[in-house]
Amino acid sequence: MSLPKRRFDSLIIGAGGAGLNAALRLSAADARVAVVSKVFPTRSHTVAAQGGVNAALANVLPDDWHWHMFDTVKGSDYLGDQDAIEYMCREAIPTVYELEHAGVPFSRLDNGRIYQRAFGGMSQNFGGDQAARTCAAADRTGHAILHTLYQQNLRARTHFFDEFFAIDLLRDEEGAILGALVLEIETGAPLVIEAKTTLLATGGYGQVFRTTTNAFINTGDGMAMALRAGVPLQDMEFFQFHPTGVAGKGMLITEGARGEGGYLMNVRGERFMERYAPKALDLASRDVVSRAIATEVREGRGCGEEGDHVLLKLDHLGRDVVGRRLPGISEICRTFLGIDPAEEPIPVFPTAHYAMGGIPTDRLGRVVAPARHGPEEVVPGLYAAGECACVSVHGANRLGGNSLLDILVFGRAAGNDIIQFLKEKPNHRPLPDSAVEPALARLARWDRKGEGETVHAVKADLRKLMEDHCGVFRTEAVMAEGVDKLKALRERIDGVRLRDHSQTFNTARIEALELDNLVDVGMATLMSALYRQESRGAHSRVDFPKRDDANWMKHSLYFREGDRMDFKPVRTKPLTVESFPPKERVY
Amino acid sequence: MDAAEELRRLRWQCRRGMLELDLLFSRFLDACYSGLSSEDKSDLLRLLNYQDQILQDWFFRAAVPADVRLRELVARIRSVHC
Ligand SMILES: Cc1cc2nc3c(=O)[nH]c(=O)nc-3n(C[C@H](O)[C@H](O)[C@H](O)COP(=O)(O)OP(=O)(O)OC[C@H]3O[C@@H](n4cnc5c(N)ncnc54)[C@H](O)[C@@H]3O)c2cc1C
Repeated sequence: MSLPKRRFDSLIIGAGGAGLNAALRLSAADARVAVVSKVFPTRSHTVAAQGGVNAALANVLPDDWHWHMFDTVKGSDYLGDQDAIEYMCREAIPTVYELEHAGVPFSRLDNGRIYQRAFGGMSQNFGGDQAARTCAAADRTGHAILHTLYQQNLRARTHFFDEFFAIDLLRDEEGAILGALVLEIETGAPLVIEAKTTLLATGGYGQVFRTTTNAFINTGDGMAMALRAGVPLQDMEFFQFHPTGVAGKGMLITEGARGEGGYLMNVRGERFMERYAPKALDLASRDVVSRAIATEVREGRGCGEEGDHVLLKLDHLGRDVVGRRLPGISEICRTFLGIDPAEEPIPVFPTAHYAMGGIPTDRLGRVVAPARHGPEEVVPGLYAAGECACVSVHGANRLGGNSLLDILVFGRAAGNDIIQFLKEKPNHRPLPDSAVEPALARLARWDRKGEGETVHAVKADLRKLMEDHCGVFRTEAVMAEGVDKLKALRERIDGVRLRDHSQTFNTARIEALELDNLVDVGMATLMSALYRQESRGAHSRVDFPKRDDANWMKHSLYFREGDRMDFKPVRTKPLTVESFPPKERVY
Repeated sequence: MDAAEELRRLRWQCRRGMLELDLLFSRFLDACYSGLSSEDKSDLLRLLNYQDQILQDWFFRAAVPADVRLRELVARIRSVHC
């Protein structure tokens, strides 16, 4: 085989917070580490996180990691694994101090300690008063963390492959992972990266929905790579939506807009929340507002040429309130819609924000899948961390500020376990040519010439399909129809052709490879949502409105082969403390 | 480098960590690339080399680029509507 090949102890795919924190551990321990990222590392999506990261430091109000654990278990609607949650909440404290020492400029109190702000879902004393647990570096926490970790990695001599696209994992006959086939975007040349361990840290996949807050790069590549390597995806039905994103674009219009007195309106000018939540109206819980908007649109009362959104009215508040209290919204509306929200209503629709599901791992970051001896056997050499993984600390719903924490804690845990792995298994396993062939074939498929559909057209249909059939309005009929349509769409991929077959910076080819990935993670999401016949956390079904612990307190697993579903138990036993048994969630 | 290759290269540089920047840059390339002078193009490349947070501040008027040409380019990118 004439393909160029590079060898490392450890390969990390993804340079967001999760990948970089793992890489830093490894480089500091003198392992040879390669980090591959399809965009320049500091353009990873972690840069967008503004809110902050949770840790029970008790700098502002009394706090305890055990209270943080309680809030996280409750927030997860009891689907989170309590061993992993205990680990994360305990580790949060040293993790934040480690970042502080590494140079993250956290906002501070007058006494010099790290400032902590209050956020929804956080309590003192197991459900008591509001807690202040979120540490932030002004409104650019993700940016500060990402840049600090990147600088530290440069200093530790981590080897970066910037603007390289990972195509697929390499696997031997025993199922061990041996590295990945990657593509240098600039030259179009494939490269084999051989490694004793491979960590997937490729982030989320919000781009599978038409309306999303996620950047274009969030296409679920690592998740789809895992699926193609025979690993299932866990709890993919749980996707967090915000009720009000800018219609057709996706960015958030904060809840503050409704808090200030803004309200929603349909095409008839009706204030429709009166029908869905007569008391709370526009301030009803997120899922109620989201579903109300989707229902209005489904029943033909949507606005605009396509009738595909509703309107958020702020103009009655007066220019002064809008300008002073909601300046961010005014800027977004002017820039993306060419309107002034003090004069005209804003077109809005629920926007896909965060994936709770992903590649199943244990709390050491090792990928686990059902095999001969049980539901959680380690896949040799494969790790996952960050939004692409499901460890599972968020269960059915994530608390704000817990995902930056997740990526840091489990990125670090994976790094530590890899160091151990490398000590125990210091040699590379043999890499047979046959391990590279499937990945090469997937790449070569896009060289086919001739007439055919465009990537762009199929992608647009996919994103609309997912929004219509697996968004916030979920019933058996809606989702079953969605699965049929998605199976048909998946067939269309074979007929897609690229117009551009050049080698250098062929971004069309990258987009085609991303489309393959989106279709796979879309199917995982839709199938898992169809199967789960209950409402829990972010998965809410009109036809099964209640949580059903007797039948559904279990994780779902979707396998690509045969679109098969399986399930495994939730780990309800923490490491050292008592379990939190399921209770009705009231906030 | 031919024009098509240059555009492809720029398109990848427009992939950012924030949706807002993705949308601003991609609509600008779609609407305006063919009319850019070579000076404009080198300004665009310069702009793309700035960090996402700085770009966000510039586009959403939390700050203003000191460089006059970049200031004009930021205003131009903001003003494309689709
Ligand atoms: C607008 C917004 C605001 C948020 N605010 C907060 C907040 O305040 N607090 C909080 O806790 N969470 C927040 N989140 C969530 C949080 O930002 C993300 O969950 C987290 O940053 C994900 O980090 P990651 O390391 O898993 O992946 P990312 O940062 O997304 O990085 C993924 C990496 O993988 C690489 N990659 C992907 N595919 C490939 C491929 N095929 N080949 C090579 N490289 C690849 C990318 O280049 C990138 O480097 C927010 C999310 C959004 C969208």
